[in-house]
Amino acid sequence: MIREILVSAFLLIGGLLSLVAVAGVLRLPDLFTRMHAATKTGTVGVSAITIGMMIHFGNITVTSRGVLVIAFFLLTAPVAAHMIGRAAYRSGVSLWILTRIDEWKTHGDLGEEDD
Amino acid sequence: MQLFVVNVLISMLWALLTGKVSVGSLTLGFVLGYFALTLLYPAEEEKKNSYFQKTMQVVRFALFFTKELVVSSWRVAIDVIKPLPLMRPGVIGIPIDAETDLEITMLANIISLTPGTLSLDVSKDRKTLYIHAMYVANPDDLRKEIKDGLERRLLELLR
Repeated sequence: MIREILVSAFLLIGGLLSLVAVAGVLRLPDLFTRMHAATKTGTVGVSAITIGMMIHFGNITVTSRGVLVIAFFLLTAPVAAHMIGRAAYRSGVSLWILTRIDEWKTHGDLGEEDD
Repeated sequence: MQLFVVNVLISMLWALLTGKVSVGSLTLGFVLGYFALTLLYPAEEEKKNSYFQKTMQVVRFALFFTKELVVSSWRVAIDVIKPLPLMRPGVIGIPIDAETDLEITMLANIISLTPGTLSLDVSKDRKTLYIHAMYVANPDDLRKEIKDGLERRLLELLR
């Protein structure tokens, strides 16, 4: 009983967060804010669904794979987001019009690309 | 490190003795073993021993990180749903104390993972980390928040 409630709660939260992530990609104004929605809300959503699945099955094979799924998600999602954001900024994708401040531009070293 | 191996062995022994090898019994064995080991060491020595310190730091960091993750996912989620988003994004530079490749990588990854901030690049002298933040009410406050919160705790853990 308690287990079922827990599993449902995790699955529901995960599903809702994934929905929010999709809505964010569609609604937010520029590439950078969209990356926020796509990577993080998505990561937490998938993690929640995986945790729900681990509680539901509760045996060692599923749990160990679930832990690995979450671990790899936490490792790869930020790297991808970082690379996309960096590449976009460097190739001149414009920031949202209401962006407050851009310190990278004012005193950054966006010089020649030598790496 | 030695104590960690002992702790893992204790958790395996516990699982074998109770007769079922599962995630639950291994975790329970590990926790029980940890407390048994702390009992073996007098209090002053416990503070000096790096294994006990590291474990407490890892636990504290995991709790702190989970809290950050949940709180700020909630904030981003609310903002996505609202008809008129209230965010004020900005790109700010954070002076970092992290020096080695590992420290900088971990810091950048953790910053990217907490919703609301996304690391973009590290300056060439490796002293500044440029991040894109979704809520920049005051750049200095945000800088302080990241330096005192995430970075201090992470460096404490890695050094």
